[in-house]
Amino acid sequence: MADDELARGIEAFIARETGASAVRVSELRRLTGGASRETWSLDATIYRAGGAETLALILQRDVRGAPKELTRPMEFQLMKAAFDEGVHAPEPLWVGDELVGAGESFFVRRVDGETLPRRLLREDVYAQAREALPEQLGRLLAQIHAIPVEKHGLTSLPAPPAGVSPAVHEVERYENIFRMIAPEPHPAFELAFRWLRQHPVIAGATAGVPATARTLVHGDFRIGNVLFGPEGLRVMLDWELAHMGDPMEDMGFICVRSWRFGGPKPVGGIGDREPFFAAYEEAGGGKVDPERVRFWEVFGNLRWGIICLSQARTYLDGVSKSVELASIGRRTAETEWELLELISS
Amino acid sequence: MHDRPTVDELLRAVEMLLDEQLVPTLDGSRKYNARVAANVIRIARRELQHEETQLDAEWRGLDMLLAPAARPATLAATKQQLMERNRELSERIREGDADGGRFRELTLAHVREVVHAKMEVSNPEWLATG
Repeated sequence: MADDELARGIEAFIARETGASAVRVSELRRLTGGASRETWSLDATIYRAGGAETLALILQRDVRGAPKELTRPMEFQLMKAAFDEGVHAPEPLWVGDELVGAGESFFVRRVDGETLPRRLLREDVYAQAREALPEQLGRLLAQIHAIPVEKHGLTSLPAPPAGVSPAVHEVERYENIFRMIAPEPHPAFELAFRWLRQHPVIAGATAGVPATARTLVHGDFRIGNVLFGPEGLRVMLDWELAHMGDPMEDMGFICVRSWRFGGPKPVGGIGDREPFFAAYEEAGGGKVDPERVRFWEVFGNLRWGIICLSQARTYLDGVSKSVELASIGRRTAETEWELLELISS
Repeated sequence: MHDRPTVDELLRAVEMLLDEQLVPTLDGSRKYNARVAANVIRIARRELQHEETQLDAEWRGLDMLLAPAARPATLAATKQQLMERNRELSERIREGDADGGRFRELTLAHVREVVHAKMEVSNPEWLATG
């Protein structure tokens, strides 16, 4: 679909959704980032009898054939729940249909701000944001984990089978994916799988959260999915990997070294673990078990490594021609390097 | 024997085209992809530079862990057999042979060296930042 054709499709879609007499789309452009789906930014001017109103919008659209965990309508419903509960999430407006493309899609209200971690880490204008974010993210995460899923009809989110701990479920799930898709053997990943399976979180009882406790988990909680301004957090993006699981999973994932972008500190390159954990607990997020977080950090590195393999796979299988996806295959080694550091210390 | 420019010299020309002429004139996702493409060329150049010695080191490292074997004469056959030998090592780790003791130490040391070699090619800056 050409850009012009997409603009006309969006106009027809919004006119139908809002009952407007006419809609004009301007400033339509595709944003960078997002390997399995497209993110478009646009302004839509909506003409009604009483006058005109311009909405700043983001359209997220699946690349057809891209792997995904949540359907777009499900992700939409989840973000709606988060937004309604006062969580810093974008405001969802409409689920799209064939007028805006063959893949699934939705529209949210656009929030101004920056998402590039390298800017956050290096630019003077974000000094205050660097200071504020670790604690803001701790509080945000406590809010996300407290979202009442049943109240919002989110009972069909992916979840471990009854009686199976989230840790066992996630490790098995990713091991299966790894065995299916890896084009070559990875001894470092085999060592990491052994380490995870022998860790007390899986191999025995642990203090704190019972092995089968589960909450809503964001599933992609990393600094690259934070939209920020000079003052700090604005909204959390990309809810498509959300599922029911161990709340410590999100805390471990944001510490994965690939998400530090060269920054010196463990939490997204900008914060230490302790203030992040403390802010989470103070905001009602429950007791943090650092050993459990460490388990999920190891898992997070392994998981990101397997996602690298799967993204490269879409290029190797001819599903995508993207040079970005092809090159991600070579980022697998970063996660192997970090895993070896973590499991042998 | 091919004529100059060598493969590395040819790739260098593409890298310069991307970095110096295309990236500055493009916007949005095209600019981003051109940057990624330039980085891909750098990875390819580093791999060509290190390939022979890295494959040899990996082969000799595996000789310490598995039954020693003679390295095949060609690079292609070496890569094919390294794949098989890594499968064998993976199998032994899965069976628990590297859970502790001397074999664990040797395995960790070897795998770390191999991953270090991969990082020298794919992302040397990462190694520099500790």
